[in-house]
Amino acid sequence: MNLTLRIWRQQSGHVPGRFVTYQMKDVTSNMSFLEMLDALNEDLLAREEPPVAFEHDCREGICGSCGFLIDGVAHGGQRGTTVCQLSMRFFKDGDSLTLEPWRARAFPVIRDLIVNRSAFDRIIQAGGFISAPTGSSPDANAILVPKEAADTAFDAAACIGCGACVAACPNAAAMLFTSAKITHLNALPQGQPQRDQRTFSMVAAMANEHFGSCTNHGECEAVCPKEIPLEFIGAMNRDLIRAAWHRHREPLTIPGVVQQPFHENTEIEAERS
Amino acid sequence: MLDARIPSGPIEEQWDKCRFEMKLVNPANRRKHSIIVVGAGLAGAAAAATLGQQGYQVHCFSYHDTPRRAHSIAAQGGINAAKNYRNDGDSISRLFKDTVKGGDFRAREANVYRLAQISLNIIDQCVAQGVPFAREYGGLLDTRSFGGVQVQRTFYARGQTGQQLLLGAYQALEEQVAAGRVTMHIRSELLDVVIVGGRARGIVTRDLVTGQIDCHAADVVVLATGGYSNVFYLSTNAKASNCTAIWRAHRRGALFGNPCFTQIHPTCIPLSSEHQSKLTLMSESLRNDGRVWVPKKKGETRAAKDIPENERDYYLERRYPSFGNLVPRDVASRNAKDVCDEGRGVGPHGQGVYLDFADAIQRLGLDTVREKYGNLFDIYERITGEDAYTVPMRIYPAPHYTMGGLWVDYHLMSTIPGLFVGGAANFSDHGANRLGASALMQGLADGYFVLPATLPDYLASTALDPVDVSHAAFTATKAEVKGRIDALVAVKGKRSPDSFQRELGKIVWDDCGMARSDAGLRKALARIPKLREEFWHNLRIVGADDELNQALEKANRVSDFLELAELMCIDALQRTESCGGHFRVESQTPEGEAKRDDANFCYSAAWEWKGSGQAPALHKEPLTFANVPLSQRSYK
Repeated sequence: MNLTLRIWRQQSGHVPGRFVTYQMKDVTSNMSFLEMLDALNEDLLAREEPPVAFEHDCREGICGSCGFLIDGVAHGGQRGTTVCQLSMRFFKDGDSLTLEPWRARAFPVIRDLIVNRSAFDRIIQAGGFISAPTGSSPDANAILVPKEAADTAFDAAACIGCGACVAACPNAAAMLFTSAKITHLNALPQGQPQRDQRTFSMVAAMANEHFGSCTNHGECEAVCPKEIPLEFIGAMNRDLIRAAWHRHREPLTIPGVVQQPFHENTEIEAERS
Repeated sequence: MLDARIPSGPIEEQWDKCRFEMKLVNPANRRKHSIIVVGAGLAGAAAAATLGQQGYQVHCFSYHDTPRRAHSIAAQGGINAAKNYRNDGDSISRLFKDTVKGGDFRAREANVYRLAQISLNIIDQCVAQGVPFAREYGGLLDTRSFGGVQVQRTFYARGQTGQQLLLGAYQALEEQVAAGRVTMHIRSELLDVVIVGGRARGIVTRDLVTGQIDCHAADVVVLATGGYSNVFYLSTNAKASNCTAIWRAHRRGALFGNPCFTQIHPTCIPLSSEHQSKLTLMSESLRNDGRVWVPKKKGETRAAKDIPENERDYYLERRYPSFGNLVPRDVASRNAKDVCDEGRGVGPHGQGVYLDFADAIQRLGLDTVREKYGNLFDIYERITGEDAYTVPMRIYPAPHYTMGGLWVDYHLMSTIPGLFVGGAANFSDHGANRLGASALMQGLADGYFVLPATLPDYLASTALDPVDVSHAAFTATKAEVKGRIDALVAVKGKRSPDSFQRELGKIVWDDCGMARSDAGLRKALARIPKLREEFWHNLRIVGADDELNQALEKANRVSDFLELAELMCIDALQRTESCGGHFRVESQTPEGEAKRDDANFCYSAAWEWKGSGQAPALHKEPLTFANVPLSQRSYK
């Protein structure tokens, strides 16, 4: 089949980008979407044009590296599927597709279809962990975890951190991502001692990263390749109220947690110095 | 030259004795020591987090955009531990014995015993971190059987155990980043190791966004950079997985252990197009209920459902009546290759065998099969467009894991003092064949428990002069790295990096893959240098080195694969025995099984780099088996 691709090209975050149109010939239905882009890049290289930069690694839908919008839909619109697992047999001859990077203030474009998702790491740093220094743990079976709690924790922990939820949200909110990690850890007995602080701190970190707020569109759930359910956002909000009630303290000042907004340039300079 | 530093005494007491004898660093002095950890997969993230907790200044490097992307994340099956929660006769000794035998007696006993001991602590640690392992209704941990052993010792988190373990290590790492004890350097790729006064004292990296070449100095360097299966081009490894870190360290003096020991996994989705970029693994657990067969007739053109029962060859059940479809990975892979080579393979390219669930569906019912394997059938359908409930799956072996890696002693230190190697990047624990659910165990054992014990001993017992990046060794190494990058950009030929890697992969797969022969290896050894020559004269990279340039990244990695491939073939050529995943066609039993030669090859091969164009030198670490007597494997 032959396709027309309109792809966002932007050499770096410091220069403006634009759409460039490419004709793709002889695409076969047993190629994956990324293999189709590999073929495009081989063509571009042959013509001495810079290949399209896109992020990818495992190509099995688990590492979370890949992701861009195809005709405005994160990961291309097949339910529960990352773009690396998307097969070309879902497209037909003559299709015209528009490819662009995640669009969110918190995810600045690095090049072409690649964005900077480090804001997610900083949300995790704010409390997305259970403090258990190596060597200090009791016997594994000393902690009983009800199967239902373990299953809920797993469903939430399945998040791959790809950022599709943010890209799909009209408010560019990171609530599905943040609530998934909060639900994973707050559902487990091991996560209880830090439950309130974790919830406060991660919600605060999220707000500091230029993510928007949830207004219940549900677009995030629709595009999530791991089908993380919207109900976790509700669980996070309930945990936030619970935490505020328990602590009787101002929620947004958590000692010892860095909550400054991130500026990409300052970080790169700091690393060099 | 090779001193493995194995502690004396009974094997059960060696690790305790070693830990007691090792020197410690006073808590107040730890922050004065800097440690570089390269790689943030299971071994790297676990080591960086633990060393950060202990109070050292840790710098962790990853070429990904976040440490959570490392390829450890793709492991499906599970992680072994000798907990004996099932009361089914498991013990540290049994896990030790299974691993030594599974590795076909080509691993170091002392290391394997320690691995089995530490397996208990790993599960404890991961549960405490909140890894959502599968549970029974009573709240206790569930386990399953795996990899053909006779006990149920595999802990798992659905089909995503690697993901959950990596997220546990990643979260512990991010906690240390927030605490200021670990500095994370993302999108930063190691391009060389810096040696000062005979010791590893730093690294040179390239910032993958700006192209800037940077030097980083430290007291000690850890490489946890994974395996090199992508030397085959088509493998189950992630696209970016590469050998650059270990290969550059090898060129700086670290010996490379058993490079030819690679594992070909039997149950992967076959190649479907010439554009295919990677292969996808289907969990080994499918062989519990699926039956493997090919048509009896060569060049069969009928669809599977039209081939009557008496014209099908269930070759594993026929050849191995006692193990049937559950023979170990290396045996299953070799047999699939044999029937395809006979012209009886199925699918568009004849490179596949059927894995048929018709009998299981009849016996267990569709619902039970769906419940057990539903997610795998979904993956299969997503990729192939075929419904495996109605037509048999097609599978074919694919490169999956490399047991070889940098040679390390009992302390996981390479032959360069101060350069430690953990996880799949070292050669240590799996011998010539890795058992299922053992890779995660080894990565975490190295990262959480071994390196954080042995590194401090090195720091405490070594007089380290202060060194910073202004030292001449850094300037010189940086200049070499820059020269190599400039050379890649300057070739300005016609062929893409991918086309070279594809061609190299085909050579290595054909002649250093599932079956290796003297003639084939010599042919490969003639072709690889020619291809390398062409690479340096006909490579094309578009764009500059001072920007994000994925073609340049690839080309740089391919340049190292082109050198490593040659060493793999040299190693395979010298080892004229068959053992584990290394099958030399000249060394078979009368039934066509792998035949070991313990009289001549009971050693680990450790290769020394002698310079470009020079033959590498072989050093041998003799292996002794005092606790598990040498015996021939049989699955008949």
